[in-house]
Amino acid sequence: MLHPTAPLAALSSLPSDISSADTAWILVSAALVLLMTPALAFFYGGMVRSKNALNTMMMSFCSLGVVGCVWALAGYSLAFSEGNAWIGGLDHLFLQGVGLEPREGQTIPHLLFCVFQGTFAIITAAIISGALVERMRFSAYLAFIGLWTLFVYAPVCHWVWGPNGWLGAMGALDYAGGTVVHVNAGAAAVVGALLIGSRKDYGRQALLPHNVPFVLLGTGLLWFGWFGFNAGSALAANETASLAFANTFLAPCAAMVTWLFLDHMRIAKMTAVGAATGTVVGLVAITPAAGFVGPMGAVAIGMIATFPSYLAIQYRSRSRLDDSLDVAAAHGIGGLMGALLVGVFASEAWGGSAGLMEGNSSQVFTQLVAVLAALGFSALASFCLYKCVNLVLPLRVELDEEGRGLDVPLHGEQAISSGEGAVLLTRTTRAPAQDASSKANRPLETST
Amino acid sequence: MKLITAIVRPEKVNDVLAALFEADVRGLTVSTARGHGGETEEVETYRGTKVMMALVDKVRIEIGVSDHFESLAVDAIVRSARTGGVGDGKIFVTDVGRVVRIRTGEQDVEAVTPVNPEEPSLSYIDSHS
Repeated sequence: MLHPTAPLAALSSLPSDISSADTAWILVSAALVLLMTPALAFFYGGMVRSKNALNTMMMSFCSLGVVGCVWALAGYSLAFSEGNAWIGGLDHLFLQGVGLEPREGQTIPHLLFCVFQGTFAIITAAIISGALVERMRFSAYLAFIGLWTLFVYAPVCHWVWGPNGWLGAMGALDYAGGTVVHVNAGAAAVVGALLIGSRKDYGRQALLPHNVPFVLLGTGLLWFGWFGFNAGSALAANETASLAFANTFLAPCAAMVTWLFLDHMRIAKMTAVGAATGTVVGLVAITPAAGFVGPMGAVAIGMIATFPSYLAIQYRSRSRLDDSLDVAAAHGIGGLMGALLVGVFASEAWGGSAGLMEGNSSQVFTQLVAVLAALGFSALASFCLYKCVNLVLPLRVELDEEGRGLDVPLHGEQAISSGEGAVLLTRTTRAPAQDASSKANRPLETST
Repeated sequence: MKLITAIVRPEKVNDVLAALFEADVRGLTVSTARGHGGETEEVETYRGTKVMMALVDKVRIEIGVSDHFESLAVDAIVRSARTGGVGDGKIFVTDVGRVVRIRTGEQDVEAVTPVNPEEPSLSYIDSHS
């Protein structure tokens, strides 16, 4: 960049095994996956009470910044550089050696692969927030997801997708992140909900979504972005990408219809939040399978995976576990079902290895080992990280802040206000003293 | 007859409704309100603009009761709405000249007596407790 001709010079020296088509598709895919995180902010933000809407949306949104930085500084290296079977090395610390030439066996620039994977790390951390909303201290949350990306996401990612990763070497199938993303985040979410405790009103009052249209908007954008997540995981613009794309279209369709059917059987009404949740469960379940199963396999996975998630939500809402936005049911169980079902429906004819339906019963067992390993490690390591963060930054907000809602106490802003009725603080208006006791019953000062 | 007007914190409304239900006080009107009672002003920041939220979101509960229910209702509200911090709200009790139930034309005490006291109209509140 020092000289105007430098980029051109770099271009002409590119190795010929870079494919323009593949590069173009992954450029678009990375942007699509990035969009999933603000989409998740709407999905989650609509489901909380309005006094916590900004805080909830910020928990997803700020993962973009925090995890993006952590990924570039060290996360990518720990996940994708050589290292050993358990964790990557430090070769790519600060993105050293991540250039425009492709990685071994790939046809896109290494740097693009790193960014594409970074968008996965971002949304994985953001998914955890669904179990912690309406009561977690924001600064503690940011510290947690930064550390979690380094010490939980990067190792599990390395196990499955990294060079020499032990789960990948064992033959575990995880096309786009059922184990790495969804089971991993689901386990961390449940541990977090248990450690932080339930919201003070949980089980005592109805805690309802403040904006269901937000939930539908977020779901639509998630689905849109998920085409980059799954079809982009082919890392090429080829047949497998098209298969993953078709499966990402079909599985949520089947899951949504199944969920609406279950809703109708149970309460004789088809709920909007149910349609959204079913869609997300279908997306989660097809993620580990997208490039390995045929289209009818995707429909089957979407339908089958819906049942355990539906039952889990019915059970959870009556239990003491305040997994507020059902991360465990949608992502944990959805990801688990997808990861197991890929062992059933994987099809050699469609380019995967043979699964149970084609007579290979050992694949289901391999899948089970991979899921349990990710589940156990994530739960244990997340537990330690929550405890560490809690030593420095208390995980939970004060009780009165929780009552007032976190938006104003933590962020100094409101999600929904008329925009009028507040007093503009100028140099001539004194800001109120921070000491509340000195000014109790002080008359209202509104004149400037 | 008395008209009880209570201004309470939004986050305490559920507790207040439950306490009133337990005290057998039926028939009330709830509306959102904004006001100021001397609590610490909340400062908010939007880009370069600092503002002071002089008005705080509150909920107003209005209950028409016959005289012997007055202290029951007031006690229930005080007990359930109190946090101990500035901003818990106020209760105003005023005399009422006349009450008419629109459906039947009943007046005064009959008009504020629930038709079917046995039938719990707010039973959903304590379904969890």
